[in-house]
Amino acid sequence: MGVLEVGQALGFPRAEVKGYLEAYLGMPLLELGAEADRQRARRHPEGNVSYIVDRNINYTNVCVTDCTFCAFYRRPKHHESYTLTYEQIGEKIDEAKELGAVQILMQGGHNPYLPLDWYVGLLRHIKENHPIHVHAFSASEIEIIAKVSKLSVEDTLRELKDAGLDSMPGAGAEILVDSVRGRIAKKKTDTAAWIAIHEAAHRLGMRTTATMMYGTGESMEDRLEHVLQLKALQQRTGGFTAFIPWSMQAQGTEMEGTPPATGVEYLRMVAMARIVLDNVDNLQVSYVTQGPKMAQVALRFGCNDFGSLMIEENVVSATGTDFIMPEPEMRRIIEDAGFTPKQRYQDYILVEDEPERARSYGVALV
Amino acid sequence: MPELLEKNLELSVRPTDPALEPIAEKVEAGERLAFEDGVALFRSPDLLAIGAMADLANRRVNGHRVLFAANQHINPTNVCILNKVCIFCSFAVKPMDERAYTMSLEEVFAEAEAAGETGIREFHVVGGLHPKLKLQYYLDMFAGLKERHPGVHIKALTSVEIGHLARMEGIETLDVLKAMKKSGVDTLPGGGAEVFSPAVRATIADRKMAAEEWVRVHREAHSIGIPSNCTLLYGHVETIEDRVGHLDVLRELQDQSGGFLTYIPLAYHPENNELGRQMGWNGRRTTGFDDLKNLAVGRLYLDNLDHIKTHWIMVTPKVSQLALNFGADDMEGTVVLEKITHDAGAQTPIGLPLDEIVRLIKDAGRRPVERDSLYNELREF
Repeated sequence: MGVLEVGQALGFPRAEVKGYLEAYLGMPLLELGAEADRQRARRHPEGNVSYIVDRNINYTNVCVTDCTFCAFYRRPKHHESYTLTYEQIGEKIDEAKELGAVQILMQGGHNPYLPLDWYVGLLRHIKENHPIHVHAFSASEIEIIAKVSKLSVEDTLRELKDAGLDSMPGAGAEILVDSVRGRIAKKKTDTAAWIAIHEAAHRLGMRTTATMMYGTGESMEDRLEHVLQLKALQQRTGGFTAFIPWSMQAQGTEMEGTPPATGVEYLRMVAMARIVLDNVDNLQVSYVTQGPKMAQVALRFGCNDFGSLMIEENVVSATGTDFIMPEPEMRRIIEDAGFTPKQRYQDYILVEDEPERARSYGVALV
Repeated sequence: MPELLEKNLELSVRPTDPALEPIAEKVEAGERLAFEDGVALFRSPDLLAIGAMADLANRRVNGHRVLFAANQHINPTNVCILNKVCIFCSFAVKPMDERAYTMSLEEVFAEAEAAGETGIREFHVVGGLHPKLKLQYYLDMFAGLKERHPGVHIKALTSVEIGHLARMEGIETLDVLKAMKKSGVDTLPGGGAEVFSPAVRATIADRKMAAEEWVRVHREAHSIGIPSNCTLLYGHVETIEDRVGHLDVLRELQDQSGGFLTYIPLAYHPENNELGRQMGWNGRRTTGFDDLKNLAVGRLYLDNLDHIKTHWIMVTPKVSQLALNFGADDMEGTVVLEKITHDAGAQTPIGLPLDEIVRLIKDAGRRPVERDSLYNELREF
């Protein structure tokens, strides 16, 4: 099935999908960008560019999924494998809060030795001793937790939510086209399961983000198909807060040698996403993979959010790509592009509009 | 002159910033921009409209063609008597510094030999102002390179180096240029211009060759048939007015001599130099907006230059590729081993293979054409 058929099955008329495809493939770069910029300005007329201060905590690198594009994971019993203790995670949260973090992003490998109880215990430990917004566990982690614990995805999500899970990251989406997944992530959650897990989370009242990792050898049509999958789910639930596309960083992985997606490809990707995903409010730049220069330029190609000011990042940096930046530098870059930088929470409420929430985590605001 | 390659050229994106509308009209009409127009362009956040104007101006001259050269940088020495003067430089060292090196002619020829086998068509030779290396060393180098690689162009010595050699030899810069030409030098690189503003020079390069002298050496070169490049070092202490004033000087000389081949804005890098240390700019880079604006405004303001070159070593390959939609038609070549910007902290590759340059240009929707140093087309990909 091609993108037109999949689009039709998802409820999008062929003419509409054809229009998107023609714009994505054929519109000159600056015109495509200008159209995306108009959409961005209409949706965010105040001229703010938001970002969140958070810390990535990768609780384990043990993984049995063997994705060909990943440099982070180690198989069980590997001498470099690790799983953090609750106390180690708590310490990382406290350090992050001292640096102004209002969220932790917790993701890890697919570790078959960690049952649901471990996650539930961890969330309770965090909420009792280190209160903060917990944005954690992507769809493929949920899938393996459910499998190991012999529970349904819904029940797994409900237990995690009751224990303190606030929202879910959109990682593991890669390309939501099964023929592509079969090639790069054979053992990972398939498209239907990824969508179903996010749908279940949305129905439980949890917001999630959606991501995409392109540049794996998939076609332009595959990229559009991915975006249409998200658009269709968003029409049903409205649960996505943001979309975050980035390109594969192949160094140190089995995919090394794949020509890296170019800067022009990135800008066409975000501009297309801004135009097609007219029901998702926020579009994030990926400065970690594209570098600060391209991330800044993307603010004129539809993006309105700079993502997170990560205090710690381990997964992308395992491929040798490492563009972590200090807050004043991020603010300088946003201002230089003619926008006003604003700190936000996971739900895109600005910190300045609700300072009491940060204070309730014990974060001192400047 | 390249013929008009495209008909029905229109501005693809109209400004959203009202300050740019009158400038857009001038660009459409092909009118020369005034000083205030240059300033307004640099001040505006309307990046896409600026890009579209520059793209229009570029396509009028170059169509969809993007030129690049297979070249090799040779930096014969990093010893420089200005090592304390030019506080933005990370390359220059004192003679006794542990990093100091000076290549013998044999070493230069060996480095050139290694590259000669890979289809290199230009040597780009620049270095420090060495207190002892005389004119003859360079003349022997050029003659030796020409003899060993007769088909390879030699682009050598900034006007600052030429001024230094003239002073050491007690002769005129014109005489140095004539001797260089005789030994095989085809063109001059555009370095050493920095920013012409006296205030900026006093701040970052006090006692370096004055702006008037830089211009004079290029004028002399043009007068004896040596074309040259021109540059601007941006992203440090200069103001927007300083930038436009600099472009004004270049435009005026080009009106008179027509000898500039290409304009190359150079992005300042703060690592390992005095200016970066003093300002606490470690890790800071010029922004993507600024990189693209410098190219686009260069294209729009320098209406008498055919070529605007993006330097991926300085701004990253991603931005350079994007720049092909923002007025640049000339891409820094393959460069076998870059030293100067990497000493200042650049984390870009030290060289790009030819097929990668071709891929980036094609992916930007342009037509890759390898050129020689004089901008003649050699082969299309």
